[in-house]
Amino acid sequence: MSDAHSTADFMHHIRRYLLVFVALLIGTIVTVWASYIPFSHRAVNIGVALLIASCKAFLVAGFFMHLISERKMIYCIMAFTAFFFVGLMGLTLWAMGDFPFNTIKH
Amino acid sequence: MDIPYTVQPRQDTGLYNAKVGIWLFLASEVMLFGALFSSYILLRVGAQEGYWPHGWLNIPVGTANTVVLITSSITTVMAWASCKMNQFGKFKFYHACTILLALTFVGIKSYEYHDKFTHYSINLNDGNIADGHLVEKSKDFNLEQKTGKIVIHGHKVEIAGKQGEELQTELKKIYDLHSPEARAVKHEEVKIPAAQIASMGTYGPWHNTYTAIYFTLTGLHALHVIGGALVIGFLWGPGSKLWKTDPERFTNRIEISGLFWHFVDLVWIFLFPVLYLL
Repeated sequence: MSDAHSTADFMHHIRRYLLVFVALLIGTIVTVWASYIPFSHRAVNIGVALLIASCKAFLVAGFFMHLISERKMIYCIMAFTAFFFVGLMGLTLWAMGDFPFNTIKH
Repeated sequence: MDIPYTVQPRQDTGLYNAKVGIWLFLASEVMLFGALFSSYILLRVGAQEGYWPHGWLNIPVGTANTVVLITSSITTVMAWASCKMNQFGKFKFYHACTILLALTFVGIKSYEYHDKFTHYSINLNDGNIADGHLVEKSKDFNLEQKTGKIVIHGHKVEIAGKQGEELQTELKKIYDLHSPEARAVKHEEVKIPAAQIASMGTYGPWHNTYTAIYFTLTGLHALHVIGGALVIGFLWGPGSKLWKTDPERFTNRIEISGLFWHFVDLVWIFLFPVLYLL
């Protein structure tokens, strides 16, 4: 993140924030629209919605939270977090074998 | 004694201490919400077929709340940028907007909660279900003594004696509100004497696993919104005195509270499709 304090230096940051804001609004509309598309399986709807949500999350974390230009220390903390988060979700997915086949349709 | 590294970055981390602190806190928050999302997945895939609700939440209202939260994120980052550009007046304006948007979000969420707490599912003695929003209860309504009556705006679901496909089709009128069966249902005033009621309850967290995880996830998120709004409210009001004596430290406080606020927005970005759309 830039430490510059002048208005001129910040103008390109602000333009970027506004672009991200517009992208997030468009992303929200696309998410709602895509949820009405009757894909062959509900799993496709879930995949599409989570993909759009991940893109929106990247924009918020990357630009509003300045994660795309942070210090190594922050990346180190986030790397640990990502590892354990992915591990948690991985364990959840492995648990699918515990459920009778006919329940995993919704 | 002064707290070290409130403005100047430490040499080893390259960051002022509060920034390391908030990111460590956010890391723990990721795991907290991660555990609840994981619970959601397990409850959903473990639900009996036909019993996981779809369309129980109002999509336009949820979309409006998403827009409110996204807008509050841009006003938050603009408030911080205004501090960086030495424009205290603009900071005040942007964060006033943030606080108002936070209150709007909580207001809309409260409206949605109220809708669930006035929505009744009534198990009738004949094995059928009456489902709808409360219109009125008679003054003498007492379920244990079987006196009085309740009026709801909704419909009856005839499940008594039905099995297999027939039961699944009927259940869609309650559980899958996007289905043609549910769309075809006519909602009208239904008067039910207490003597015909076996049991009844609202769509609160106790209703089923969906409402339980819905209220847990959105309730915890709403607490974060309220907590964040209180911190931002303090920094906007009495806490803003620091701007006069130590503007850089104040700007860092705005950045830290902003990072938390963006995280709250980020969580909602996943909550909205998961709970409202899928």
